[in-house]
Amino acid sequence: MIQSRHIISIKDLTPDEITLVLDTAESFKEVNERRIKKLPTLRGRTVVNLFLEPSTRTRTSFEIAAKRLSADAINFSGSASATVKGESLADTAETLSAMACDLVIVRHKFAGAPRILADHMDAHIINGGDGMHEHPSQALLDLFTMRERLGKLEGLKVGVVGDISHSRVAGSLIPALKMMGATPIAIAPPTLLPARPDVLGAEVASSLDEVLPDLDVAYMLRIQMERAEGMPFPSVREYAKLYGINSARLAKMKPTAIVMHPGPMNRGVEISAAVADSDRSVVLDQVNAGVAVRMAAMYMLLGGEA
Amino acid sequence: MALLFRGARVVDPRAGLDEVCDVVVRDGLIAEIGKDLSIPKGTTIECAEKVLVPGLVDVHVHLREPGREDKETIRTGTRAAAHGGFTAVCAMPNTSPVTDTGSKARFIVERAAAEGVVRVHPIGACTVGSKGEALAEIGDMLAEGAVAFSDDGHGVQTSGMMRLVMDYAKQFGTTIISHCEDESLVSKGVVNEGVVSTRLGLPGWPSAGEETQVARDIRLAELTRCRLHLAHLSTAGSIEMVRAAKAKGLPVTCEVTPHHLFLTEDDITDAYDTNFKMNPPLRAAEDRDALIAALADGTIDCIATDHAPHAPHEKALEFELAPFGTTGLETALSLVITNLVAKELLSWGDVVSLMAHGPRDALGLSPVTLEVGQVADLTVIDPEARVEVTESFFESKSANSAFLGATLLGKASEVLVGGRFALRHGKVVDA
Repeated sequence: MIQSRHIISIKDLTPDEITLVLDTAESFKEVNERRIKKLPTLRGRTVVNLFLEPSTRTRTSFEIAAKRLSADAINFSGSASATVKGESLADTAETLSAMACDLVIVRHKFAGAPRILADHMDAHIINGGDGMHEHPSQALLDLFTMRERLGKLEGLKVGVVGDISHSRVAGSLIPALKMMGATPIAIAPPTLLPARPDVLGAEVASSLDEVLPDLDVAYMLRIQMERAEGMPFPSVREYAKLYGINSARLAKMKPTAIVMHPGPMNRGVEISAAVADSDRSVVLDQVNAGVAVRMAAMYMLLGGEA
Repeated sequence: MALLFRGARVVDPRAGLDEVCDVVVRDGLIAEIGKDLSIPKGTTIECAEKVLVPGLVDVHVHLREPGREDKETIRTGTRAAAHGGFTAVCAMPNTSPVTDTGSKARFIVERAAAEGVVRVHPIGACTVGSKGEALAEIGDMLAEGAVAFSDDGHGVQTSGMMRLVMDYAKQFGTTIISHCEDESLVSKGVVNEGVVSTRLGLPGWPSAGEETQVARDIRLAELTRCRLHLAHLSTAGSIEMVRAAKAKGLPVTCEVTPHHLFLTEDDITDAYDTNFKMNPPLRAAEDRDALIAALADGTIDCIATDHAPHAPHEKALEFELAPFGTTGLETALSLVITNLVAKELLSWGDVVSLMAHGPRDALGLSPVTLEVGQVADLTVIDPEARVEVTESFFESKSANSAFLGATLLGKASEVLVGGRFALRHGKVVDA
């Protein structure tokens, strides 16, 4: 089991605990391959998916994970919630707490929202993505997939490519890689880098082509193509040309190197269709690992309790 | 009725005073200063081990009245001021409605006369509604008691509008107070752009968002020769520009807040405590160090609190949604004593310069000095008093202080406004 009561930041876990989650996820993955995919582990426990920002993939993944552990999984989503009626998040937290939930998975538009929940309720919290801050379960499933495909994490060179400044995926993945002894390398136009990539733990490469031959993993982030403010690059075409992964670039990578993406993909922008569908792309392995890793995370938080 | 303040360390560099002596106040004026004074009738205030200084003034407070009396009123805000050792405050105009006409300025003056515990000087908006689009009636507001003009809460976005404001204000010899914030650079920023914005995944508010307007407004002060006061400066770069402007002899003054002097972005933790959300944001340690150095070398004219009371339900929101600001009136003096005087970084004379003379000079307010015949606005400080900053400590209606939980050293025990007690034995005395 793990020390922290919540998984809000990837740094709530120690490197040993991350390894424990990944090891546990391996056995759950095996369960997910059986015909009967259900364990009684969390029977009678209530898991709330509090998704106050649209999400299908992550919410579904957590819901399946909770159900496979026999927990009662309830979805509480943005449009259906009291939050649109002007209720504060603190009040939502206290309302859920009064209903005696055991675990809340929260997805929220603003950074720090999981902390507000943790401060106002007794339940365990898993951060399902908060603003531009963190998305720790995504980082765990990404580590799982890297370890599964490449046999280890230590020493891997991982290029994280794209909108790092707005990405909660990068906010958890980069420190997670660093913790596990890998080398995260941030690759992005300067307009999409955070103010201090070093604070996350990333080295910064000046161009994708320069570092490609050294990489074990090219981790392509989704480009947000609709923005209120000015676009941070002149055109999608120029972005794809400078920072997209395509067959020509894939050919320059090590033969063992893999391409990852947290989804949903913009085919033809950050990743070409040919690469997305190639055997070097592990995008569906990531999705598959997501259920097992989330089962492991829930088990780690709740499983040790009476 | 006479008052005898006996045995205080009386400090006023402008009167050449720093010695243990007595002060007699009669009919609202300072009647005598000297050794072994006595009064035939009246009240004696024993001031052994205490420091007696000219009344402190805070030139940057938000009293919230009219419009948000749930957060603060002129009465509660001036009670907080007295509790913090101030004899006067300047009220920023970003109320609802904005103080942008003479009648609205007069409302503040009249309310303060009726309910204020300390003096209140209104600051008028420099543009209508502080929208940055059209000149406000600066002349009319001056006639009704406004002492300076500012669109505080927003930077004036276009250089042309700022030039117009300064050109127009010049004829009155009044001061334009600039809240420096280029919105096209700051956008949705809520914390310093750098370590903390990256660490917490919050939108960054870059130093350049302040510095570009500091540079612009100093240049406009040179062009128009209008008096310019730069509010709540937070970066090393801004300080450097003010230092250069002063060396050139430009009519430029500036203030810093206690929170920018004594906190940094590193104090904002993954607790996402919204009491640390300020505008401008808490900066890096190097910026804080530059501010403290500039206090000592005279680049900074005054300490002002930017006292910004907010309701608990507003501050209990997600960091990006909560309003900016911390209260400051009741902790400023204690923070200065704890962090600067007790550590011998500043003398008591420096405190008087930064919290009494500097701010009055910056806005052209009537000077308050410890000299016979002068108005008896004075503050008595117990430098050894211990202050536990808890919610119940505050006289303000709001308790959104970034210093909640702190234990501080030194506090005002008496505040005298025109010879009348606003604070006695550390307790506020209503008007």
